[in-house]
Amino acid sequence: MSEPITFKRHLRMNTPEKADFFDQTAQGVLSQPLDRPEGKLKVTGTASYADDVHPPETAYGWFVRAPIAKGWVTGLNTAELRAMPGVLAVIRDDRMIMHPAQGQQGKSPPQGPSEVFYAGQPVALVVAETFEQARDAAQAARPELIDRSDKAALKLPLDDYETPKSKQAAQGDLDKAMTEAAFAVDQVYETPSMSHSAMEPHAAVAWWDDGKLTVRGSYQMLKTNVAELADALGISARKVRILAPYVGGGFGGKLGISHEAVGAAIAAQRLGRPVAIALHRRNVYEATHRRSESRQRIRLAAGADGRLAGIGHEAWVSSMFGDSFSEPVTQASPFTYAGENRVIGHHVARLNLTAPGSMRAPGEAIGVPIVELAMDELAQAAGLDPVELRLRNIPDEDPSTGKPFSSNRLEDCLRQGAERFGWADRPEPGARREGEWLIGMGMASAVRVNTLEPSEAAIILLPDGTARVETDMTDIGTGSYAILTQIAAEALGLPVERVTTVLGDSDLPPSSGSGGSFGAASSGSSVLLAAQALRAQLAERMGCDADEMTLKDGQAIAGNRTRALPDLLAGDTLRGEGAIDPGATSQTVRQATWGAQFAEVAVSTVTGEVQLRRLAATFACGRILNPKTARSQCIGGMIFGIGSALTEHVAHDPRDGHFVNRDLAEYHVPANLDVPKIDIAFLPDRDAHANPMQAKGIGELACCGTAGAIVNAIANATGKRFREFPVTLDKVLAALG
Amino acid sequence: MRPFTYTRAEDAAAALAAGGRFIAGGTNLLDLMKLQVETPDALVDINHVGLDAIAPEGEGLLVGALVRNADLAADPRVRRDWPLLSRAILAGASAQIRNRATTGGNLLQRTRCPYFYDLDTPCNKRQPGSGCSAQGGFNRTLAILGASEACIATFPGDMPVALAALDAEIRIDGPNGARTLPAAGFHRLPGDTPERDTNLEPGELITSVALPAPTGGRQIYRKVRDRRSFAFALVSVAADVVMDGGTIRQARVALGGVAARPWMLPEAQALLDGQPPSAALFGRFADRLLAGAKGHGENDFKIPLARRTVIAVLTEATGGDAA
Repeated sequence: MSEPITFKRHLRMNTPEKADFFDQTAQGVLSQPLDRPEGKLKVTGTASYADDVHPPETAYGWFVRAPIAKGWVTGLNTAELRAMPGVLAVIRDDRMIMHPAQGQQGKSPPQGPSEVFYAGQPVALVVAETFEQARDAAQAARPELIDRSDKAALKLPLDDYETPKSKQAAQGDLDKAMTEAAFAVDQVYETPSMSHSAMEPHAAVAWWDDGKLTVRGSYQMLKTNVAELADALGISARKVRILAPYVGGGFGGKLGISHEAVGAAIAAQRLGRPVAIALHRRNVYEATHRRSESRQRIRLAAGADGRLAGIGHEAWVSSMFGDSFSEPVTQASPFTYAGENRVIGHHVARLNLTAPGSMRAPGEAIGVPIVELAMDELAQAAGLDPVELRLRNIPDEDPSTGKPFSSNRLEDCLRQGAERFGWADRPEPGARREGEWLIGMGMASAVRVNTLEPSEAAIILLPDGTARVETDMTDIGTGSYAILTQIAAEALGLPVERVTTVLGDSDLPPSSGSGGSFGAASSGSSVLLAAQALRAQLAERMGCDADEMTLKDGQAIAGNRTRALPDLLAGDTLRGEGAIDPGATSQTVRQATWGAQFAEVAVSTVTGEVQLRRLAATFACGRILNPKTARSQCIGGMIFGIGSALTEHVAHDPRDGHFVNRDLAEYHVPANLDVPKIDIAFLPDRDAHANPMQAKGIGELACCGTAGAIVNAIANATGKRFREFPVTLDKVLAALG
Repeated sequence: MRPFTYTRAEDAAAALAAGGRFIAGGTNLLDLMKLQVETPDALVDINHVGLDAIAPEGEGLLVGALVRNADLAADPRVRRDWPLLSRAILAGASAQIRNRATTGGNLLQRTRCPYFYDLDTPCNKRQPGSGCSAQGGFNRTLAILGASEACIATFPGDMPVALAALDAEIRIDGPNGARTLPAAGFHRLPGDTPERDTNLEPGELITSVALPAPTGGRQIYRKVRDRRSFAFALVSVAADVVMDGGTIRQARVALGGVAARPWMLPEAQALLDGQPPSAALFGRFADRLLAGAKGHGENDFKIPLARRTVIAVLTEATGGDAA
């Protein structure tokens, strides 16, 4: 095959897109419900996830956990463990990390096997010939401890918080607005510690070859994962390759490298043979990230007409010692609703619990539903329909910065969503009953910031007219393989069968990775730009301008001339490289995605059980690249919201903070019976400021608001307010009396 | 998992002779072995010993110990005459687990107390004399009745709660010969020996479960839990109530999720016999059934929850409006 001839196209998103490229293309495969190209592999169990492929001579690792919340590990019964059957090494290495890296951290988290910050922290690694031998030996480990658990901080305190200046904001005089308000709400709410619970546990298989490290792992953002792993090991990033072709769910829990990557790399280096570590579910729960618990105070001051004069949203959350991440609970509050008097507060306590990190829609996932509970209380106080109250408070511009919205579709979502759901049939609080069941309806706005991240991709157009997309983007179950295939096929006028997409290899062009709902927009834009670079070259070969040429079904058409791509390529291989960078449109306008969510519940007056009857949502999130995978993202996001509202919470032991319910039997993600019929509608939408595809984030928006709609529906059913998530039956029983 | 010997028994006599822990479906024991909560030296696989038939016995039904939960729940005779049993089985676990789990094994499942599963915390049931971490710890799911200083674990199952209410009999074979235990007397309260879950003696094997003649009563299994499937009961109520015109002829009621065994009190049931149903009667019954109930903080709510659920189930079983 000939050496590829390379063409590049780079775009910094400084100005809104004037023309909508995909309105001009002819193939007709974008925005179609394409099945996942890799779907058959996944449903037949033949897609190779991280721990599914072990090179010859692979040894197996298992971590030893710290059984204390705070203190030091000063030694281990290493000789005893070393003598157990099959044991190859007992490792306590200064390069072992204390907790996983945060998303986009790009450097190692704190390291060392001695100081303990939370119960369950990995403090040693046992490696053996077989998985069972490693586990058996690790279970026989007896760490020598200096136990300071009595000095550990295990729950949010009343005071003594860090209050980072950059995370506070105030304008006007909220106290005065509250005093003068015709209707006011001032309440404190709580959300629990939560966990991602991805189906695939974290796993890594590492091997060294001539000083170069390769890791098969389960990670979301390979570009920064390589940097994190290299930094942890003290080697050049050029010597690290990460492969993550399939990732069995991430939800933010695999944004950064975790214990298993560093541990497997260290062990493989020491033993001179491949080492595989698949974290036990218990390790995943207690030693990777969780979502912080939160306490939130909401103040709303409204006039007699329900228009807001003031909003206060203050949050108290926890963080790991020395870590800069803390759940950005108030992220959407500066711009969701109008009101000239505003307070944003963010307070951080350091706790000896499993490290908090990003979990699906960090910030809005727990901040938006809580604001929406307060709005529901305000609507009732003001005698307004909850939808009407929101409609009266949609700002014309970002009320905190004065910047225009790139697009604000909240009103459309509210109106059309309410119509679609049948909101007009909402009963008076506590008034509708069927046998022992009280029936209620609730709603919430959904909002999530929209962002773009640097991302690169290449498309190799082969002489036979087929194309291969290459980027280190990951598919964490979202549909990256499907949409990147569609984008390339649409832009190059190829049937999807003639496009293959290769992902999850850090040797490929560095992408945004999967996170923050920016993956599809960012990596997709880079694929589009790569295709446009190729289109320019094809147009040159056609002797016309690119916008005079139509590509369809593998043919280039200009005026009355039609040429098949192989003919046009004449044996050449073309490589298009695309790169997108965020630019001024990230600063000059407020970008967000919008939605309205509705829920109907039945609440048992006997047991306090809550049964969801239906959920419905209307979203506006730019161009929908694939309605099937987009809908799946929304269903998943809304199920996250069900768990948040009704079932999920980490039970921290009151004595040492350890994650007590650390398995899937006791950490209650919703099961099928908990999930009702979910109706999802996407509004036709474009956002020229977002990116050249005019597509926006989806998966996280869907979990922002759901819990608010559900808990507001419980309030409507029972006539009682619930200000602590999850609303379990004991809380309902206590309220019903 | 510790190394162990494995023997496959071809019949019950061989299983009894082999000596070791019996394994059938393995849906609980294997998990416990991986975690080293259980570390048997020898496993005797009884999946091939037969004992897997469901056959009439007089007016009743004899269920082999190796009958899978899914098969028992789906049996047309069970669904018709002992629907309580079907409903209780289907309220538990998942389809995959029910396909594998057996009748005998289900009776022998161990508690889901989280501290029992955690080798880094003391647990008297796992390691006698080490202490009880559940007291002062996370105890939402744990016992309100029949607990002791040593242990507040609950029996987590559903099927055995129904078997108790149905007055089933557990048939056992062992080194000292065959014997039977009533289903309601099979499990033990912890007392000072929480390590013993049941009255089965070492070396004994459950061979079958005998259901007596159907009562023709109204049978209800109501399971209250934190998630609508694949969650253990916070409280469950199994009831078989026979009406005689406007009075209760006989009522058998067992509670699950509240104690180390299905909770039944004959003296409480006697309150119901021959009485016309009323909210006041059911309230008195529930109070008697729950006499001495004690919460441990997080699980205090189980006491009113059990009371309300018992009353609702009896109301429904006697033809009233649950609300």
